[in-house]
Amino acid sequence: MPHDHDHDHPDGQPLSPTELRVRALESLLTEKGLVDPAALDVLIETYETKVGPRNGAQVVAKAWSDPDFKKWLLEDATEAIASLGFSGRQGEHMVVLENTPDVHNMVVCTLCSCYPWPVLGLPPVWYKSAPYRARAVNDPRGVLDEFGVELPESTEIRVWDSTAEIRYLVLPMRPAGTEEMDEDALADLVTRDSMIGTGVALSPGEKR
Amino acid sequence: MNGAHDLGGMHGFGPIDPEANEPVFHHEWEKRAFALTLACGALGQWNIDMSRYARELMEPGEYLTTSYYEHWLFGLELLLKERGMVTEEEIAAREAEILSGDKA
Repeated sequence: MPHDHDHDHPDGQPLSPTELRVRALESLLTEKGLVDPAALDVLIETYETKVGPRNGAQVVAKAWSDPDFKKWLLEDATEAIASLGFSGRQGEHMVVLENTPDVHNMVVCTLCSCYPWPVLGLPPVWYKSAPYRARAVNDPRGVLDEFGVELPESTEIRVWDSTAEIRYLVLPMRPAGTEEMDEDALADLVTRDSMIGTGVALSPGEKR
Repeated sequence: MNGAHDLGGMHGFGPIDPEANEPVFHHEWEKRAFALTLACGALGQWNIDMSRYARELMEPGEYLTTSYYEHWLFGLELLLKERGMVTEEEIAAREAEILSGDKA
């Protein structure tokens, strides 16, 4: 991609103060040899197209299909996930939390935005927003209700606060009626939110 | 350190309002701020805890009324300036050059 991103504003509007600031910073850091705009393009493309929740969906589908992998995943998530090729930045220490009829897990980062990048990509705005970070810990059922998730009163909700080191991935419950499905078909049922714990996996035929 | 970033359990922020089919980035500048932060982090001059702490030093009122990547930009600038890797004067001068068309 040519580096015309830092010349003209797409719709000819004047630059906002923040746009101007970022542009000045990139220009200076490039001139000083500290960053390379082409390398920045690669980073952006990676997180826009390659690293995202489809990775996590593969992990979940494999765990649903392969009991040995699931056991490994629950014991040593970092290694088990890395065996599928997903590792690195912001996923160095992974913990997988299994949802059951008795326990529903939900993940937040109250202080910031910690999130398991290699398996889920970059977090959505709501995950980083004040309302989610504030309420996930003291009104999880209300939060789930907002996401359209209703759980039986008897289901315990466990909320996990991420840290800069430990990142959590929720293993959602496998939906009923999926016994005959292969891993690829199963992965299509695994939504991003089901792996954060603000959703559940889709049923076969249900639209995302 | 507590502060405006320490949001767990705080009341009054209202509904969460998730966006359907949300793009990874909402503005071009967010992409550049994101990539600049990662690339500068790879220079090895600070670690993840230091970059988070830098974002937490934003004035609380500003923290709560600005977007996520504005927090990142604030933190990145602070870390760079603390180490003399760029100065406020350089940034201001480059902004002026961009506005006058002398620099891209």
